[in-house]
Amino acid sequence: MFSNFDFGVIPLSLPFIWQGLLYSLKLTATAMTGGIILGTLLALARLSGGVVLGTISTFYVNTLRSIPLLMVILWFFFLIPIFTGSPMGAEKSAMITFTLFEAAFYAEIMRAGIQSVSRGQINAGYAIGMTYWQTMGHVILPQAFRNMLPVLLTQTIILFQDTSLVYAIGAKDLLKAAEITGKNYNRPVEMYIFSAVVYFAICFSLSMLVKHLNKRIAIIR
Amino acid sequence: MNYHWNWGIFFQQVSSSDDTYLDWIITGLGWTVAVAMSAWVIALVLGSIMGTLRTVQSKPLVMVGTVWVELFRNVPILVQLFIWFFVVPELLPRDLSLWVKQDMPGKEFFTATLALGLFTSARVAEQVRAGIQSLSRGQRYAGLALGFTEAQTYRYVILPMAFRFIIPPLTSEFMNAFKNSAVAFAIGVMDLTFISRQMVEESGQVIESLLAATVLYVICAMAANRVMSFIEKRSHVPGFILAK
Repeated sequence: MFSNFDFGVIPLSLPFIWQGLLYSLKLTATAMTGGIILGTLLALARLSGGVVLGTISTFYVNTLRSIPLLMVILWFFFLIPIFTGSPMGAEKSAMITFTLFEAAFYAEIMRAGIQSVSRGQINAGYAIGMTYWQTMGHVILPQAFRNMLPVLLTQTIILFQDTSLVYAIGAKDLLKAAEITGKNYNRPVEMYIFSAVVYFAICFSLSMLVKHLNKRIAIIR
Repeated sequence: MNYHWNWGIFFQQVSSSDDTYLDWIITGLGWTVAVAMSAWVIALVLGSIMGTLRTVQSKPLVMVGTVWVELFRNVPILVQLFIWFFVVPELLPRDLSLWVKQDMPGKEFFTATLALGLFTSARVAEQVRAGIQSLSRGQRYAGLALGFTEAQTYRYVILPMAFRFIIPPLTSEFMNAFKNSAVAFAIGVMDLTFISRQMVEESGQVIESLLAATVLYVICAMAANRVMSFIEKRSHVPGFILAK
């Protein structure tokens, strides 16, 4: 079945693939960090009770969640040059896109997390004289974050898989690197299989970690 | 920002063709709906089977379900699409492989549908499993105590309840099927994403092109949502809280 396959191409292409994987990981890490920070702010805005802030945040989250990520990637890639006047590289454009897009998803997770902390905790914070930001920063958010850790991680696994979509604008991630080396060595089939294996190995081990975390958190509670 | 708006672009003819851009967009919408709906049928059938298998008594069957879910859930949809399109034909017997590569009609459409269907089936399977496990075990015992076989217990007792409970998460998977169908452009299906990219290149009207596709995607997802919530109301189990 694999008789006419030549997997000897894989060691040859490793350095290039590694560069691609590094970009995928960097994109994931950037979008995760930025997305969680921005998402938390969006969640706080939505829960603040303020009409203007709440409406803006709800609109932002709902809009981005109902559009395919691929379209969002294209939007940013084509729109940024129109606004700034000069083209931005696909790699950089993807960083911005993913951060802003993932923020919408992390926001919903953080909102659920904040709502999972009992109301009395906020009152307790105020009662001992803390300001809003102190209450959030020292009392509510640490608990919300911890409760939602497995869900945040699961979202990050999805985010890592979604980084492969930068293919559409030609950024050199793991998949693109595999495709390029596959073409160069004329072994595209082997390289596609290899990229699938790498994605699987990373996502599967992360999902095992989530399972483990879920158990630990369940015991502590 | 200097951008030349031209909303009339949709009624202009595409150079070197009789079609207007509006015709293009409608074609794109057709392919998007076709891929998403057919993939959803595959996902629902296979996802139900695999999700159910993960809850049965037999260990090997549970294993089959687990491997299925982990395999299709942990590889990005775009990579899976390329595997089905570029790799799988190479693994087929020689004659079949040649036929797939050269003569198979609608190759792109069938590949995209299969890939998206299998990818989504893993997610559906997880929901089905969660639905079955959320039922009290008394229901299963009641079925078995009545003299039903395990298969009959599933058919008449467990699944009719489980499916009605998981309609809300299935709704979001159905909407996701539309959104994820956007990857089909990568192997040349002329869906909304493909068409809007093409239109950006041909006409240079970036915002109009992308907006048309985006709005249609949102409408598709909303329509999917409405259909599912209609089914949800009709199949509501009396005595249980109905989510709004």
